[in-house]
Amino acid sequence: MSATAGIRRRWTPSQIALTTLGALVSAVMMAPILWTLFTSLKTETEAVAVPTHWLPEDWTLQAWRNIFETGNITNWFVNSVVVSVCVTFIVVLVSALAGYGFARTEFRGKKALLGLVMAGLMISPAVLGVPLFTTVQAMGMVDTYWGMILPQCAPAAMVYILYKFFQGIPKELEEAAFIDGAGRWRVFFTIVLPLSRPSLSAVGIFTFIASWNNFLWPYMVTNNPDLMTMPNGIATVMNSYGIQWAQLMAGGLMAGLPLVIVFIFFQRQIVAGVAHTGLAGQ
Amino acid sequence: MTTIDTTAPVVRPAATVGVTGVRARLGRSLQRGGWFVAPFLLLYALFVLTPIARGLWLSLTDANITGEGTSFVGLDNYTEALGDPLVWSSLGHSAYFTLLVVPCITVLAFLLAMLAHHIQHAKWLWRLCFFAPFLLPSTVVGNMWRWMFNPDTGLMDHVFHLESAWLTQKSTAMTAVVIATLWWTVGFSFLLYLAALQNIPPHLYEAAALDGANAWHRALHITLPMLRNVTGLVVALQILASLQVFDQVVVMYEFGPGPEESTRTLVQYTLEQGFTSYRVGYASAISILFFLIIAAVAVGRMWLLRKREEAVR
Repeated sequence: MSATAGIRRRWTPSQIALTTLGALVSAVMMAPILWTLFTSLKTETEAVAVPTHWLPEDWTLQAWRNIFETGNITNWFVNSVVVSVCVTFIVVLVSALAGYGFARTEFRGKKALLGLVMAGLMISPAVLGVPLFTTVQAMGMVDTYWGMILPQCAPAAMVYILYKFFQGIPKELEEAAFIDGAGRWRVFFTIVLPLSRPSLSAVGIFTFIASWNNFLWPYMVTNNPDLMTMPNGIATVMNSYGIQWAQLMAGGLMAGLPLVIVFIFFQRQIVAGVAHTGLAGQ
Repeated sequence: MTTIDTTAPVVRPAATVGVTGVRARLGRSLQRGGWFVAPFLLLYALFVLTPIARGLWLSLTDANITGEGTSFVGLDNYTEALGDPLVWSSLGHSAYFTLLVVPCITVLAFLLAMLAHHIQHAKWLWRLCFFAPFLLPSTVVGNMWRWMFNPDTGLMDHVFHLESAWLTQKSTAMTAVVIATLWWTVGFSFLLYLAALQNIPPHLYEAAALDGANAWHRALHITLPMLRNVTGLVVALQILASLQVFDQVVVMYEFGPGPEESTRTLVQYTLEQGFTSYRVGYASAISILFFLIIAAVAVGRMWLLRKREEAVR
């Protein structure tokens, strides 16, 4: 890598052109986020002043202070954390078990069950929202944490990804442990799981992003402002009175920034994770 | 992957003493394999299979949101849905959105990936900038772009001097949503393309270069054919996701139907019927019809894949 990289990394004219183009595209992609940030640092009057301008003339944290002092935003933030952490934990555990079960064990009706799970790849709250709601309603879980969490915990796609992955682990590794007298569960927890860390973290990261950003299901299952998650509260409560643009933008950044910051630190894993979970669908 | 035969028995016959014991134990533990899938199947049965069955049943009734006083109405909901102009117009809006988004996102994602793949410097920076919008919640994206398209005070007006307010005109209302969506989700398909580009074996390019192929020929005859699978995947995922569009649209149009009812999507109409008009039976029937459309797309993709596999063989 090092020797060839040294040669390839020279600033050739085509590299200069490509990098300039890349910088321009990046500026376009980042502009809405910067615009949001600058708006959140203006006063409400300056935010809607005509003609509009990029940078605040009067830099202020007023909007940020207001959302913390007056709204439920800290509640929503905590709810988002609780819901996404629980969903991620349950999904990783349950789909790892199921993926392994389908890949490596035999039981009656396995083929039929696997087919049934594959069919579920097409189901989402957008498609079957109303019947899903009445199901959850019948269980008495409307306006509860469990009602928000559990319906997000049966993703056929994650089972499928891990099923594919477990099929690819050489069986010899497990056989050796069996001959040493280990049982199925022990083999699973001490040999298979540690080998699958990249796949598991891919599934975990992807699930966390999806759950943190999930709007539709929490929107259907709760109207209680104390139970709402960030995307939910921002879309419904913050939009319902006369709109305060600076506060709305500050709230939006607060909902979006945690993932962006996580992304900056774990970029390699996240990129690999998205590519891995996505490409598994091929 | 090809070296691993998944159908082979777990323990291969070997003529050593004690193997029978191991195999017997294996046999027993295999029978218990069902426990591994049990927790998932429980959740799956409760939150996927039950809603399907329930939806099928409800769609044949005149159920309201309380579930009281429900009676069986046969296929009435389905005949009503098929004759309901709002079902067709909202399906049309979702389809129009899909038709605009899918080709644009596929081309854009490919171009961005080519760009990020070929720039040698600060690779992490391009990945971050192209992908970051995908990490924002849909409702935040909706609000941001409502603000961007705001007449007089919005950035789009400021930069492009738009003649009109995009969000209040029928002709531009859905285009505004499409622009917001492209900006928001292109990063995901971009990463899929980038990963696929990095998976192309470099020796293919080296061999072609030795044969005197120029950069254009290499892109045309190596890169594009090698990206066929990922393109199929991107298109399929985008079609399925776009048909289900809801979040950013309702946020940009304040949970209303948009200017002259031009942005109401099928998901939105279903939820309006279920949660605003309390017609759970009717909403379920629309859901089932919608599910059939989604299933048809998925089955169509599988059929295409199989045909291609046969063609390769």
